[in-house]
Amino acid sequence: MRGNLAKAFQLTNIQVFRHAAMPKSYTDQLGRKLFLALLTVQGLGAFALITLGVIINKFNFARSVMQPRIRHEINRSGVSLLPMFFFVALALGFLVVGQTVSALAQVGATNYLGSTMVIVIVRELGPLLTVMLVLARVGTANVIELGTARALGEVEALEALSIDPVHYLIVPRVIGMMLGIFSLTVYLIIGALASGYLFAFLQDVALTPGDYFKQITEALSWLDFALLALKTMAFGFFIAIVTCYHGLAQPLRLEDVSRVAVRAVTQGVVVCVLIDVVFIVLYLVT
Amino acid sequence: MSEKKSIPAVIEMRDAAISTLRDSSLTVVENVNWSVASGEFWVVAGQQQSGKSDLLMTAAGLLLPSQGSCRVFGCETGSFGEAQLAERLRVGFVFAGGKLFNQLTVAENVALPLRYQKNLSVAEASREVETLLEIMELTPFADSTPANLATNWRQRAALARALILKPELLLLDQPLGGLGARHRQWLLHFLEQLQRGHEWFGGQPLTIIASTDDLRAWRNPQRKFAVLDEKTFSILGLWNEIEFAQNHAVKELLAEPTGAIM
Repeated sequence: MRGNLAKAFQLTNIQVFRHAAMPKSYTDQLGRKLFLALLTVQGLGAFALITLGVIINKFNFARSVMQPRIRHEINRSGVSLLPMFFFVALALGFLVVGQTVSALAQVGATNYLGSTMVIVIVRELGPLLTVMLVLARVGTANVIELGTARALGEVEALEALSIDPVHYLIVPRVIGMMLGIFSLTVYLIIGALASGYLFAFLQDVALTPGDYFKQITEALSWLDFALLALKTMAFGFFIAIVTCYHGLAQPLRLEDVSRVAVRAVTQGVVVCVLIDVVFIVLYLVT
Repeated sequence: MSEKKSIPAVIEMRDAAISTLRDSSLTVVENVNWSVASGEFWVVAGQQQSGKSDLLMTAAGLLLPSQGSCRVFGCETGSFGEAQLAERLRVGFVFAGGKLFNQLTVAENVALPLRYQKNLSVAEASREVETLLEIMELTPFADSTPANLATNWRQRAALARALILKPELLLLDQPLGGLGARHRQWLLHFLEQLQRGHEWFGGQPLTIIASTDDLRAWRNPQRKFAVLDEKTFSILGLWNEIEFAQNHAVKELLAEPTGAIM
């Protein structure tokens, strides 16, 4: 287990580059940025693989300790965010769906309603908005908690007790975020579509609820469900990896924690956009 | 010779170079040759930043020596992995300041290693935890979080956490640091009991290694002493051998602090 951490964290020499004097020429600066980005990708990749390995190898290990921790993380990344997502679903419905329905009805294009909703809400806005909100609410907390634990020496304390820090600290967060983001996306989509119709109904759009939901269900295919599940799980996994990596990746001092949190959130956003691009390509290919 | 082979040293360091936790390329102690036999009580003394903590962490297998070798219970620490878990659980480590988990209560901190390693529920682990808390007079603080505890009790809770798995080797980094006089006395007496064989361990004697920056409190004819000074690890021997030592570092570690009343 100590080998695990050492392997994942040996890329801490990134710090050497970060703290070195800036080169004078722009091309050298660009080169350094690219080199740092590559090292970060390598570190994140190694950390993701190690975490996957631990999830598989220690699936049933110390269940009596790990199951409550996983439940706690599911609650933190999912259940406890439901009130906020209820509000966001209403807002999304009123602001985007309702206006779209109303605009399509005005030009007599209600036939395109189903496919528009599926593309905008189910494929794109629902998952992306969910992951951004979870990243802001839970991802930031992850970096700060883990960074503080690292700075206070709790990670070394776990190792001294022969407790694998990746298993104890990271695995529950990864599982919690994967399931939390998946569930919240489903609730957000349902809430946004329902409140969107409510908004259109208030604007006297000539569309019955039956027609509205029939169009949406007809526009949905099995692929949408499968890719939605895959995409949200991928979002959850990588957001957890990015935030946990930055919290644990290098020996931190307490004053480093806030800086590392900002970096983790920025990289989290970039990772989400990259995953989204991959899924757009998948949608286009299939 | 054959007797030596049958009972391997608890810790065996050969030409070991000790690096720091923060920077593995930085060597703080060089050429450590040290053998700790079962049941011994060692005190490693040194000034601040002399590498005591790093030496202890290396001896516990938490850090790898940058050169040379370190064997714990006959097992090379470099190869410590999942397969050597049983060997690793024979080692208990108490950090300076305790390093308790702040989000857990004292009872949860103490129970965690037991529950994790043996897959026990809270109820299943409670009897053993309660007994140990009682032995260590920690019962009134069982539901307190570390942030609400004084240093004296935090250090004691950390010791309880290290003892819950009944290790055979106990390493304590600056265990007397920040303790009041009563707690110092209690801890020294308790460690002595552990070395002789406490009833909690079924009378099994423990091998103990403690680090310190003040030798005076550890005066005892049975204990063995070593000192760290200028990247060098020197074995001093028993107390009667160090009292008259001419070593400059030892003299400093035995000196009364400036401005002391007594």
